[in-house]
Amino acid sequence: MLKRPVIYALAVITVLVSSAVRIQITIAQQSGTVQNQEAAPAALWNSPSIAPKGPQTSSPAAPPRDISGTWDAFNSGIGAGGVKSHAPFTDLGKKMADSYKPGDGPRKVEVGLINDPLDECDPAGFPRDLLFELRPFDVVQLPDRVVMLYEYQKIWRVIWTDGRELPKNPEPRWYGYSVGHWDDDSTFVVNTMGMNDRTWLDNAGDPHGADMRVEERYHRVDRDTMEITVKIDDPKIYTEPWLGLNKLVLRRQPKSFDIREMICSPTEAAEYKKMVADPATEK
Amino acid sequence: MKNRYILVLLLISGFVASPALFAHHGNASFDTDKKLTMKATVTEWSWANPHCFLKFDVTDDKGDIVHWTAETSNPADMTNLGWSNQTFKPGDQISVTLQPVKNGRPIGRVMDVVLPNGQTLGTRPAGLPAPGPDPSKSTPPK
Repeated sequence: MLKRPVIYALAVITVLVSSAVRIQITIAQQSGTVQNQEAAPAALWNSPSIAPKGPQTSSPAAPPRDISGTWDAFNSGIGAGGVKSHAPFTDLGKKMADSYKPGDGPRKVEVGLINDPLDECDPAGFPRDLLFELRPFDVVQLPDRVVMLYEYQKIWRVIWTDGRELPKNPEPRWYGYSVGHWDDDSTFVVNTMGMNDRTWLDNAGDPHGADMRVEERYHRVDRDTMEITVKIDDPKIYTEPWLGLNKLVLRRQPKSFDIREMICSPTEAAEYKKMVADPATEK
Repeated sequence: MKNRYILVLLLISGFVASPALFAHHGNASFDTDKKLTMKATVTEWSWANPHCFLKFDVTDDKGDIVHWTAETSNPADMTNLGWSNQTFKPGDQISVTLQPVKNGRPIGRVMDVVLPNGQTLGTRPAGLPAPGPDPSKSTPPK
């Protein structure tokens, strides 16, 4: 029979060791380093979109032909200054660009002089919803279509994967017409056309026309990482095709991530104009 | 020592307005060289797009009350920085640091606020660490 102090010591040691193990598991779960286990977002409703700090732990391989999930580009998706660069304007492109007075980017004007249709709460349109304010978005994959649901302006798009061809000469849409297909098991390609020319291309007042065609490539790198590339092909406005986004990195949020609302309300926009924008630019 | 140096560098860089924060428009109307700090009484907090805005009264040197309006980024950005629609209520005694507009009107862009409970809320973009104790000395999360 062991002496009492020894029993006590063993009991304390056992409690300490099992507590330490439990704490380790909890820390591992919370940091998401346990394989196949996801950390919950910081809040279950209106989950904040905050880039993870520190080096990324490696993720398992991507499931084949699957881009579903909630994807987040964090600050890199905001694009306040417009696209990084673009192909040269044609004469018509230059004329359109000169008539657009943006609030940011190389040609920005004072707040009261901006004529951005977004300020009146017009739809952002496509692909401005990818090139400006690309915030968290859900990708839902169905047998015959892929649906994308965006935080910004609560926009949604349908990308048909049932093999149909893009329409010829359709009525213009703010968000166009999209079809998609798989180039390989990890790359989903979307082709879009049929946009009206009432929207800007980005937040810097770069223009696009109604004949523009856009190709998106979604390359799922691993379970938690995806790259998006956006090619603009608009020969009436730009002298050659160019990339609006080039392998912008998207991180996958946990399954319970709740995308918040971010809606342009005309009455709220008018209130802001009255309270801040107009008085700020009065001489 | 090295960590403190890095922290100071980050603090300095944090005061440069980042385009990612003021997504809707650039700096054109704001005097980015000026920084005013004022004791204020909140009169209204509007949690709205395209910008939240805070209205507050400041008593100037002559004893007159000046009615200020200062904007922040939109609710989505501000949520990521720890603000909410309930951060202020009318009557709150706060301290506001802002960049005023160039034309001299009592309008500006918030840089940070100190709440009645002493907590400071900034408008630095997410990803930059807030000023605080040396990270190498902080205790691990529970």
